[in-house]
Amino acid sequence: SEHTGRLHSHSPSWDFSSITDEDELSAVRYRPERLDHLEQKTNFSKKELQVLYRGFKNECPSGVVNEETFKSIYSQFFPHGDSSMYAHFLFEAFDTRNNGSVSFEDFVVSLSIILRGSITDKLNWAFNLYDLNKDGCITREEMTDIMHSIYDMMGKYTYPCIGDNAPMEHVDNFFQKMDKNNDGVVTIEEFLETCQRDESIMQSMHMFDSVI
Amino acid sequence: MATGVAAWLPFARAAAIGWMPVANCPMPVAPMANSKRKDELIILNVSGHRFQTWRTTLDRYPDTLLGSSEKDFFYNEEIKEYFFDRDPDAFRSILNFYRTGKLHYPRHQCISAYDEELIFFGIIPEIIGDCCYEEYKDRKRENLERLQDDQEENKDMKLPHMNFRETMWRAFENPHTSTMALVFYYVTGFFIAISVLTNVVETVPCGSTANQKDMPCGERYTVAFFCMDTACVMIFTVEYLLRLFAAPSRYRFMRSVMSIIDVVAILPYYIGLVMSNNEDVSGAFVTLRVFRVFRIFKFSRHSQGLRILGYTLKSCASELGFLLFSLTMAIIIFATVMFYAEKGSSSSKFTSIPASFWYTIVTMTTLGYGDMVPKTIAGKIFGSICSLSGVLVIALPVPVIVSNFSRIYHQNQRSDKRRAQKKARLARIRISKSGSANAFLHSKRNGLLNELLELTDTEEDEQKLTKSTSLLESQHHHLLNCLEKTTAHAFVDEQMYEQNCLETALQTYPSRSPSLSSHDSSVGTCCSRRGKRNTPLPSSHPVPTHQGPLQELSAIHIQCCDRPSHTASRSNLNRKTDESGRLNSKGSRITTAIISLPSPPALTPDADSLRRPPQRRPPLTLGHPAAPSIQTTTSSAGTNIVKVSSL
Repeated sequence: SEHTGRLHSHSPSWDFSSITDEDELSAVRYRPERLDHLEQKTNFSKKELQVLYRGFKNECPSGVVNEETFKSIYSQFFPHGDSSMYAHFLFEAFDTRNNGSVSFEDFVVSLSIILRGSITDKLNWAFNLYDLNKDGCITREEMTDIMHSIYDMMGKYTYPCIGDNAPMEHVDNFFQKMDKNNDGVVTIEEFLETCQRDESIMQSMHMFDSVI
Repeated sequence: MATGVAAWLPFARAAAIGWMPVANCPMPVAPMANSKRKDELIILNVSGHRFQTWRTTLDRYPDTLLGSSEKDFFYNEEIKEYFFDRDPDAFRSILNFYRTGKLHYPRHQCISAYDEELIFFGIIPEIIGDCCYEEYKDRKRENLERLQDDQEENKDMKLPHMNFRETMWRAFENPHTSTMALVFYYVTGFFIAISVLTNVVETVPCGSTANQKDMPCGERYTVAFFCMDTACVMIFTVEYLLRLFAAPSRYRFMRSVMSIIDVVAILPYYIGLVMSNNEDVSGAFVTLRVFRVFRIFKFSRHSQGLRILGYTLKSCASELGFLLFSLTMAIIIFATVMFYAEKGSSSSKFTSIPASFWYTIVTMTTLGYGDMVPKTIAGKIFGSICSLSGVLVIALPVPVIVSNFSRIYHQNQRSDKRRAQKKARLARIRISKSGSANAFLHSKRNGLLNELLELTDTEEDEQKLTKSTSLLESQHHHLLNCLEKTTAHAFVDEQMYEQNCLETALQTYPSRSPSLSSHDSSVGTCCSRRGKRNTPLPSSHPVPTHQGPLQELSAIHIQCCDRPSHTASRSNLNRKTDESGRLNSKGSRITTAIISLPSPPALTPDADSLRRPPQRRPPLTLGHPAAPSIQTTTSSAGTNIVKVSSL
């Protein structure tokens, strides 16, 4: 859509007054860095970058993704539940420059970390995702939000039924596991330490080996 | 999962990193990408136009032809391309669908051609993008209407046996079908006109008699007008009752608009008859006479244009409703304003708001009778605003109604034109079809000839003949032969068939050979025709001549029994040769001539046409073959001769 790349959100309703001539001029066109630069920056090969870019540009012809498009793309993978909250957190994590849009570089750099990075990098990235206000520690409220967003993606029809307390219990579980000094927040060191000692997490990390 | 975002699946899977640290158990093992499929370019060759795209592009929609393994059927190993023998222009928009995720409908494309392409490539039309969907639906609806129109015409054409009631109804609905109907149509039209004219002339002053002032004609020649009225009402009543009787669904007929008009046209007369003695209800009686003018609406059965107008008004009901509503609003507003504006002036005609309605209506419709005129300045100002706005309010819905009328009218014109063209079209189609039927007969003749010649070892002739028909034709003819064999009936052509029908009607079948004893009596045309045909021949009567020499066979006959079929066909052959000689001499269109040789029992039955279902004839053994064995078998089997008429 021609609104991709605009930095402010636009209401979708057919409000005649809001469509002015100006709107058409302010659509942003964005071109990514050169292929070889990106290849150096990330751990992807040229071919992989080509495939990624083709998919990216197909969905976002203007070259950047805004949050709405991001959410709509992500929601297509999770038709059962509501993935908008989690997509929002993801967007925040991808948008490293905090300007409301994700360019191809941001996209591919983050992907490179998640898929091809070292274990530490991956865990760092996950921590960054959880740390909503980017202050270096995960509070209970932040974790609760994340947990709710994850459970929302499941939708209503699950077995067994998701109780109202399930997210909270899960958060408690998490803090019990991660918060070593019981100060109510999880810092990056605690996080890294616990995860690296946790076998199931380490095993799960291998999931990313074959994604691309 | 959906469509174009398949390319984002790696991202979605990467995003799962957020779940892993909070999960209490390890994630399941990921599926290995089997045979790391590189993204390769696929070449789609559509009638010579090469389209190239990534394989993954096509894989986005796995439930279509191009996205599934179905396209492997079209893969050409030699050129390493997928070849489709379809229209490249239409393919362009289909391939764009894979690329962009949106299916567009190109406006210049014919709707049915496009539909066919979509069906071929396994794409449902519902996913056409919003930009093109309306256009697509409109065109499709138009096409359907057109086809429906044509089908309704066809319904008219075919007349199976209809009983009297149905015939009558059909005569009423389509006057051009029979002369009686046409006469009826014109007579009723005439009487409607007479009736309306009478009603009008009744009120004209007729010239004064000696002692009285001008009287309307109606009062002067009361008896004459009454007789005229009675006659018209008689006719209308009879017509209504006849229609009621003939209607397939009486209840629906009684609810239809035309019948209500009919009733309203004739009721006043009867009510008047009943009530004419009572003086105090004469006022009501006079009102009733007004309803007689509705007879003029009966003309809408006679006029297509009137019906279209009525239909247009019905379909524009919402626009008319809007017009009425806005007018009412405006009238009330302006009447109120004018009333209060003119309240001050003396001897003002604007005595109340309802009284001002009249002024407002007259002004808004720009009539301006002048019987009510504002005198104050304020009144004049508002009066002028009123007239200006009246023009606008009325002008708005009118173009909608006009365009609706125009569209319906043109549709009607088109269907009339198509009906006229249709006859010529059908005739041409029939000619081309019968060409192919004749080809079958022709080649059958040649084919049979082939076989016979084959058996007698003249190979050069055989080769000559086989060259004349293409492989496709010969395979087609073989197929028809198989059908004939299966049903043990043969194809004949139209002329034959009709001749036979005529002859059945005309003649009874003369008794034949002794072998045919019991089954002779009620045979069909074949025998009768044979009989007729046989007379000029010296060997006219079938009985004595079946020794082996050629029998003449006017129509195609087949013995409908399994076993003796060869033998029967042999006798048929015999017959046929005779007939062929005869037919050729008469220069008829029938190609049943097959030259037969006495010895070989050729298996092909003779038949002409490709279409008509076989007509069963009562059992008749016509076979008078030379060999006694054949004779006995035919008679014992009680074979039927069946004649199949052609297209």
